[in-house]
Amino acid sequence: MEDDLKKEVEKKVPNAGGFMIPGTSLLNKTGSWRTFKPIVTDKCTGCGICATYCPENAIEIKEVDGKRRAVIDYDYCKGCLICMNVCPFKAIKKVIE
Amino acid sequence: MDRVKIEVMHMNERYEKLLFKPGHTACAGCPIPIIVRTVLNTLGKNTIVAFGTSCLEIISSQYPYNAWGVPAMHSAFENTAAIASGIEAAQKKLGNKVNVVAFAGDGGTFDIGLQALSGMVDRGHNVLYVVYDNESYANTGIQRSSATPFGAWTTTSPVGKKIHGNKTFKKPLALMMAAQGAKYVATASISNLPDFKRKVQRAAEIEGPKFIHVLNPCPTGWKFDSSLTVDVAKLSVETGLWVLFEIDHGKFRITYKPKEFKPVRDYLMLQRRFKHLTDEEINKIQERVKEDWSMYEGLEGVKI
Ligand SMILES: Cc1ncc(C[n+]2csc(CCOP(=O)(O)OP(=O)(O)O)c2C)c(N)n1
Ligand code: SF4
Ligand code: SF4
Ligand code: SF4
Ligand SMILES: [Mg+2]
Repeated sequence: MEDDLKKEVEKKVPNAGGFMIPGTSLLNKTGSWRTFKPIVTDKCTGCGICATYCPENAIEIKEVDGKRRAVIDYDYCKGCLICMNVCPFKAIKKVIE
Repeated sequence: MDRVKIEVMHMNERYEKLLFKPGHTACAGCPIPIIVRTVLNTLGKNTIVAFGTSCLEIISSQYPYNAWGVPAMHSAFENTAAIASGIEAAQKKLGNKVNVVAFAGDGGTFDIGLQALSGMVDRGHNVLYVVYDNESYANTGIQRSSATPFGAWTTTSPVGKKIHGNKTFKKPLALMMAAQGAKYVATASISNLPDFKRKVQRAAEIEGPKFIHVLNPCPTGWKFDSSLTVDVAKLSVETGLWVLFEIDHGKFRITYKPKEFKPVRDYLMLQRRFKHLTDEEINKIQERVKEDWSMYEGLEGVKI
């Protein structure tokens, strides 16, 4: 994938290396970094505080079964557990990967 | 390129809109992305970034991965403010109305980039310069800078018989920038995002050089658990060690005062970079907080 990307960029911009396509970090799935995995439990009120702090932007507040709650994208979650610590309702628990 | 672009962009509609995207390689628990997105989300898409060699560079743009969702230009370690000045001058010449933001670390700002920053203020460029202060040269392995606080362990302020961590107090760079005539100067914390956002908003309204100094608790260099980043930031404010203020056209104002100051020990003991400190040294830091607050309260309403 990385080689493909390099070739594509170099074709477009001959002196590539000084130029990068925006947003390609999305191809870099950092979920593999986790030691601990945060799990959102039913105590979640969907208040969104965890989402404002997740450094990976991996939390989205969405409607799930008619209720607003935090949904974590494990493709990018690094398992820092900031979300668990800032949640005022203690709605996130951790499990070991 | 189009194929790759389509592939990346179609991953998720939500991510497409983000101005700083996941897949960046900041250490787990690092608040740099929180700082960057708070600034970018407040200013909006019509923004060009210059960013210095630092953790931010490494985490946002290791070829071929690029986390930026706005045009962003990497600069050398020492010249972020010069690059931002050039971008601003060029955009002005072209007649474009666009926000220009510089992001750099404390090493690249307090030390080696100070003359470029001072030049930017001197020439009066319409740039918002944001320093994220992790109190060390972090990406090269935690060396001391002139933003490193008193007593902190770094690899170049070691803990032994002769030296007990860093010997100096943090350089008061925000006050220096105000003294030089920056139009807007502020400090900020990730533990008080409304205050931080308001300051970015205010900076955006003002034409001329602007400087915001944000404390960036660094789990790796400060040696605390990655889940505690926000708690450490909060304690820095609640102990009075990190003072939230702004200097708007020279006029000084404290923007948040803790109702009751927590002892500095609570902040220091969360971080293993301070674990060697003696009671005497902790008292020295506590005394310094008292002195600093009496100075800052004396500045309240004063024109610098
Ligand atoms: C002139 C020069 N000297 C040294 C370096 C190596 N170097 C790169 S980043 C860095 C430290 C950056 O510290 P800071 O600005 O605080 O950013 P941080 O890594 O802490 O985010 C150093 C020493 C360099 N790139 N250029
Ligand atoms: S902070 Fe807690 S309650 Fe609020 S959305 Fe996140 S998990 Fe749910
Ligand atoms: S553990 Fe960290 S990275 Fe994962 S969802 Fe929580 S805050 Fe985000
Ligand atoms: S070393 Fe510190 S500042 Fe740098 S990416 Fe890691 S946590 Fe962030
Ligand atoms: Mg630094």
